[in-house]
Amino acid sequence: MIKPDATWRELPQGGIIPEGGTAALYETGDWRSKRPVHDKTKCTNCLLCWIYCPDSAILVEDGKVVGIDYTHCKGCGICARECPPKVRAIEMKDESDFE
Amino acid sequence: MAIVEKAAYTGNEAMAEAMRQINPDVVAAYPITPATESVQLFSNFVADGQVNTEFVTVESEHSAMSACSGASAAGARVMTGTSSQGLILMAEMLYIAAGLRCPIILAEVNRALSAPINIHCDHSDTMAVRDAGWIQIFSENAQEAYDNLIQAVRIAEHPEVLLPAMVTTDGFIISHGMEAVELLTDEEVKSFIGQYRATRPLLDVDHPITVGGLDFTDFYFEHRRQIAQAVENARRVIPEIGQEFGRRFGRFYGFIDPYKLDDAELVMVALGSTAGTARATVDGLRTEGIKAGLLKIRVFRPFPAAEIAEALGRAKAVAVMDRSDGLAGCGGPLFAEVRSALYGGKNTPPVVDYIYGLGGRDINVNDLRRVFIDLARLAAGEPVGQLVTYLGVRE
Repeated sequence: MIKPDATWRELPQGGIIPEGGTAALYETGDWRSKRPVHDKTKCTNCLLCWIYCPDSAILVEDGKVVGIDYTHCKGCGICARECPPKVRAIEMKDESDFE
Repeated sequence: MAIVEKAAYTGNEAMAEAMRQINPDVVAAYPITPATESVQLFSNFVADGQVNTEFVTVESEHSAMSACSGASAAGARVMTGTSSQGLILMAEMLYIAAGLRCPIILAEVNRALSAPINIHCDHSDTMAVRDAGWIQIFSENAQEAYDNLIQAVRIAEHPEVLLPAMVTTDGFIISHGMEAVELLTDEEVKSFIGQYRATRPLLDVDHPITVGGLDFTDFYFEHRRQIAQAVENARRVIPEIGQEFGRRFGRFYGFIDPYKLDDAELVMVALGSTAGTARATVDGLRTEGIKAGLLKIRVFRPFPAAEIAEALGRAKAVAVMDRSDGLAGCGGPLFAEVRSALYGGKNTPPVVDYIYGLGGRDINVNDLRRVFIDLARLAAGEPVGQLVTYLGVRE
């Protein structure tokens, strides 16, 4: 893994990322201005949110949505949009409403 | 010594022959006058099975350089050719090719830029992309174009350089002018350039990498600093390879090519085909006892500032010949850099700029004599009146 304080002499040439699966190492959660809040009581576990999430931020265990990975969720709102209208288990709330 | 084969070639034919001998893995190109012929001839080699190249016909020069960058990142040895509007349509991708450290080789034919539209020689196109991170080598004739293209492969692919390189000829003057070119054998070229092994090819699926990732405030600066170092390394590598080429094949190359500079007082600085005309002018003036000399600059990027300052160390007056007008309001690009190279040195002679030959306007010995006569006045102590002169334009 590339260290955040690597000098230009230490970094790989050409800005390549020299290994796979590194997206998990890059925390994009602080880009978010709206936060998806998941309501387990309403959720039917259709997993549409999990399919559509561009950042793999919907956490699923045993076929059930168990939460949202706020370290990587950018707050795009696609999950809330794709959640079926009759279910509405995900609500986008302003980040300023949270601590 | 083996018998040297000579051929009557145009600059474009010499470029195409060098490309055939280099036998790159991928060529992606789009035709444009006066560079069309070199890639067209190369496409014949592909069709006739004389090379193993994957030839990608694309819909524009922007796409050509995009395909070249992708192929190079994948691990291929890649070449292309273009000119003028084609080169500046590539501009966005030229920067990307350099930034991704893709050692692509481009056979460029210098041609004026629109508007007004014109297909003839000047250096506006190559100068417009001088800050893209490409190595830029100018050729005086078809022989140099051939030799430079072969050396460019080694320079670009050098592990401490890994930058793309363009080798230029002057449109029509060299690209379509026929002359005797001494050729290397296919084996000699093959052994000189060697095999290309990309350090981190995208197609190495056992070692997956990402190319072209987002690079923000935390790393972008460091990556650009690496490119600056690669350019600095090229300053060492280019003359090393020019010397090796000379030892093996008899024609030596460096950053600059001084002509009768040892005792020259009046010195002309030029790029490309005009150097030949300047050499004839110097010879004529020498028979009259005038101490004239020529400094031909072969490599424009990296710019050989130290070599130029040293070569002009004894000059009493210097004329820089700019075949493009940067429209800076204070002279052409070659002038700005040559003059800057002399600042702070031991010898700071008067340096004046001549913008000439735009859109293919002919330049001859009489024109260049006029320049040396101006220099003689400056060397005699006459103050510099006009810093920038448009030579050969109807006043």
